[in-house]
This record gives sequence, structure tokens and C-alpha cells, in this order.
Amino acid sequence: MNLTIISINAIAFVCLAISLAKNRTKTMKALRAAMRSGMNLAPTLLGILVLIGLIMGFVSPETIGRVLGEGSGAVGVLTAALLGSILHIPSLVSFPLGGSLLQSGASVTTVAVFITTLTMVGFVTLPMEIRVLGARFALVRNGLSLLAALLIGLLMGAVL
Amino acid sequence: MAPGAAQPPQRNSARGWIILAGLLAVATVLLILFPEQREPSFTAFWEFSLEMIWVMPAVLVIMGLFAVWVPKEAVSRHLGRDSGLRGLVLALIFGTLPTGPLYVAFPLTKGLLDKGASKANIFVFIAAWACIKIPQELIELQFLGWRFTLGRFIITVVVIVAMAFVFAWILGDRRTDVPKDM
Repeated sequence: MNLTIISINAIAFVCLAISLAKNRTKTMKALRAAMRSGMNLAPTLLGILVLIGLIMGFVSPETIGRVLGEGSGAVGVLTAALLGSILHIPSLVSFPLGGSLLQSGASVTTVAVFITTLTMVGFVTLPMEIRVLGARFALVRNGLSLLAALLIGLLMGAVL
Repeated sequence: MAPGAAQPPQRNSARGWIILAGLLAVATVLLILFPEQREPSFTAFWEFSLEMIWVMPAVLVIMGLFAVWVPKEAVSRHLGRDSGLRGLVLALIFGTLPTGPLYVAFPLTKGLLDKGASKANIFVFIAAWACIKIPQELIELQFLGWRFTLGRFIITVVVIVAMAFVFAWILGDRRTDVPKDM
């Protein structure tokens, strides 16, 4: 039970309580909408979980450390971008991983690109993003995020 | 149906389950072939499932309440196309406040979009949520140090603001591509 879970549920609970107190009809309407969204999203969410399971099962943090630590130059950066886009790791894991990558000699650019793509580009969550926001939105956003990640990495490398 | 427009919900639902079935089939085959990967796969599946179960219902409730209570005018005014710099900054701040994985942001983003937030501000919101949310930054500080964290923060803000305009420009004003209902 971490902070995220507690805070999100606390917020939901408080908002729900206030809403219920103010207007029961509206609250019910909101809850019905929530249920409907939940039903529609269910297969997509399950699919994401299966994907995450597979990816985490086949690619371990050690593997990542090895691949990115050794990689240098453009190849390393592009690998970082690819891995970051595909993987879905909690930030609590990705930052220590990034730290150890830096220590074992990976460039600032590689680590920055990895962290940025890891968080901003979501291959695994793409189905859900497409479902909720539309294919065009999702693809353009992810594409530009990838570009942004590379830019950020390059600037980091130049400055730091 | 106009190209890019959302499909009717029933068709979407069936397709979703079919894709899921396909994924499960692939997963089953892979895990039969590679017994070593079974345990980490199941563990990861289980852990993320728990996370989702604990978080998604609350998020959907918040989104439902948001859709019903927040007036469209408020969002349009503060985060819409004409909100300018203030809208950008607001979107940035909103994005850095919450905690939670990115997929939590999607329903909230849809809510904002439906109420008239501009594409540029939305991009900034999502990007900020993704990689510069404050709770996460504290962890980054711990593991990557001051220089890296501060540097990445500043550079990221600059880059994503620039990208936000590109994003808005590419997507244009068409509303038909955002699905009416989830």
C-alpha cells in the first residue's frame, strides 16, 4: 500500500463524499459513467497487464544494465530510446537503475533518454491511450515524446 | 464513418476481447517454450494487476465526478486555446502535482480535452506527469544527484513546451479523432 494508492483513493473518496452531499443525482450519473468506462477499458487493461508480465519476465534489470552500460555513442542512445519506449518499469525502480548506469559508465545522454522514454513513451500502455484518446493523438504524442527524449538527451550531454 | 472517427462501442468491445485472447495465446505459447521466464512474468503480472486494481477504480470515479461537476467554461478559459502562457504554466503545474503511473493520466486528460483544454496544454500536462512530477523528482534527486535532476528538469520543461506547439500544430483542431466515450 504505497503513497500513490493511498492518495488517489483518498482524493476519490473525499470528492465522492462531497459530491454525494451536494447532489445525489449527479453523483450517481458520475458513478454510472465510471462503471461504463471501466467495462469498456477492461479488456485493454488486462491486455496491458499481460504485456507487462511478458516484458518484465523476459527482460530483467540486470539485462538492461548490461545492454545500456556497455553501449556507447549513437547505438547506445538509440538502444536506450528503444528499451525505454517498450519497457514499463515503475519509477522507483528506474531511477536507481539510471543511477547505477551512470556509475558504470553510461553517458548522461543515454540515461536521460532512457528515463524520458521510459516515462513518456508507452508502448505497453499504447492500447489504452488509443482507446481513451484516439489513435492519432496517441501516436503523435508518443512520436513527439520520443523526439523530445532524444533532444533532451542530447542537450543534457552537451550541458552536463 | 468518417476516417479517424471513433468506432461504435460494441465493435470496440468485441475487438478488445479478441485482441486480449490473442495476447493470452501468445503469452501461453511463450511461457510454455521458456519455463525460466514463468515466475518473473507471473510476479510482474500479479504486482501490476494489484497496482491497477487499487488505482483504476478511484481514477475512474474521479474522472466521472470531474465530467459531471467541472464546468466546461472553467476548463476552456484556463486551459483552452486562448489561455496562452498562463494556460501552459497551469498545465505544467497540474502535471507535476499528482503521483501515479502515466496511464492514470489518460482518463483525466480525456476529461480535460472534452471540456476544451487545448492540445498544447494537454501535451504539457501529460509530459509533466510522465517525467517531472514532483514526488518522482525527489527520488530522482536521491539516486541521480542535484546536477542531473535539475538539469533534466529544466531542459525537459523547455523541450516539452516546444514540442507541445508542434503537437498542437500537427493535430490541428479536429475533434473527430478523440473518441466520444471510453
